[in-house]
Amino acid sequence: MYAQMIKSEATQDDPEKLAAFQARIDAGDTIEPKDWMPEGYRKTLIRQIGQHAHSEIVGQLPEGNWITRAPTLERKTILLAKVQDEAGHGLYLYCAAETLGVSRDELTEMLLDGRMKYSSIFNYPTLTWADMGAVGWLVDGAAIMNQVPLQRTSYGPYARAMVRICKEESFHQRQGFDIMMKMANGTAAQRRMAQDALNRFWYPSLMMFGPSDQDSVHSAQSMKWRIKMNSNDELRQKFVDQTAPQAAFLGLTVPDPDLCWNEEKGGYDFSQPDWDEFFDVLRGNGPCNTERLAEQNRAWDEGKWVREGLMAHAAKKNAQPIAAE
Amino acid sequence: MTKSRTEWPLWEIFIRGQHGMSHRHVGSLHAQDADAAVRNARDVYTRRNEGVSIWVVPSASITASDPDAKGALYEPSHSKVYRHPTFFDIPDDVGHM
Ligand SMILES: [Fe+2]
Ligand SMILES: [Fe+2]
Repeated sequence: MYAQMIKSEATQDDPEKLAAFQARIDAGDTIEPKDWMPEGYRKTLIRQIGQHAHSEIVGQLPEGNWITRAPTLERKTILLAKVQDEAGHGLYLYCAAETLGVSRDELTEMLLDGRMKYSSIFNYPTLTWADMGAVGWLVDGAAIMNQVPLQRTSYGPYARAMVRICKEESFHQRQGFDIMMKMANGTAAQRRMAQDALNRFWYPSLMMFGPSDQDSVHSAQSMKWRIKMNSNDELRQKFVDQTAPQAAFLGLTVPDPDLCWNEEKGGYDFSQPDWDEFFDVLRGNGPCNTERLAEQNRAWDEGKWVREGLMAHAAKKNAQPIAAE
Repeated sequence: MTKSRTEWPLWEIFIRGQHGMSHRHVGSLHAQDADAAVRNARDVYTRRNEGVSIWVVPSASITASDPDAKGALYEPSHSKVYRHPTFFDIPDDVGHM
């Protein structure tokens, strides 16, 4: 998913207030920006929502890569609309984070200088048009797994952002699957491209859920606060159970010889991704980390004069009527 | 590092949909002025025909009630159950009322 390895912050608040706060959460109450909240809850949420927002923003790059090279005008307009949605998702989430007392520019600067992360998945390259299919089908599909339950998260602005996002996500996944169907039913070369895209995106998609967190104290705290709804393994299992039959429908092979239905547990057995690779990507050593961050920095730096110019113009316009009085 | 902060102000966005409902808060966004906020709101919050009218209000202009005063603020209405029509038993014979 788009927020990985979120450490919960320690909280040193009045135990009585903490207990009352936990009671509200346990009762299914929504926490709103002006409500009292533990410092740890606030900080953990800033990190989680911020990382989620950054992922939506950086996630535009691998797909933006193909807008000018989409095979038809229709595919191009669809992809453009999808990428535009992702910009919107980033914006909804930044606004939710801002209600916790951090500014948009602060969040952006933390992304740009590497203090905040974005999802590992966007550090993989999109090499062919079939990758647009695989990204929509698998990456957006994995994101949906995580985002649907988050609509019931305890923090009101976050939950409301998720409701909006979930409404738009299923278009994303369907347009991806539609591309995959077209490719899988196309020429031999198209089939090969579709299979190759699945081969490259399968394990990075499984990594999106993060390593097993069954014994993580951070996850336990976040679950108590209802800002994490399911364990990473639970969501990964759900994703594989949903996706494996879809791959079969496409006539494609999941690149995992050990993938097989386990009647007893009512789910698939499958191989874990290479977690060393995952940690390496998080450390900045994925195939595209440098390129992605450089691109974000370039856009921010080159847009500086526009942001400042528009602000200066607005200030001048505001000053005029007063001067005329 | 000294930074001159020129962050665009925050606006709260309200959208009225097609079916005569009142404007509803949908979220917020940054823009340098009100006109730009309306344009940005069009792009961000009405990508799927969600609205026919947009209001933008500087977030700083919103005054909100105090969540800690919730109890005292809404207590007066708790005891006035007779404000609801279901408080009154009207015999079935009277018909629809
Ligand atoms: Fe998204
Ligand atoms: Fe998406």
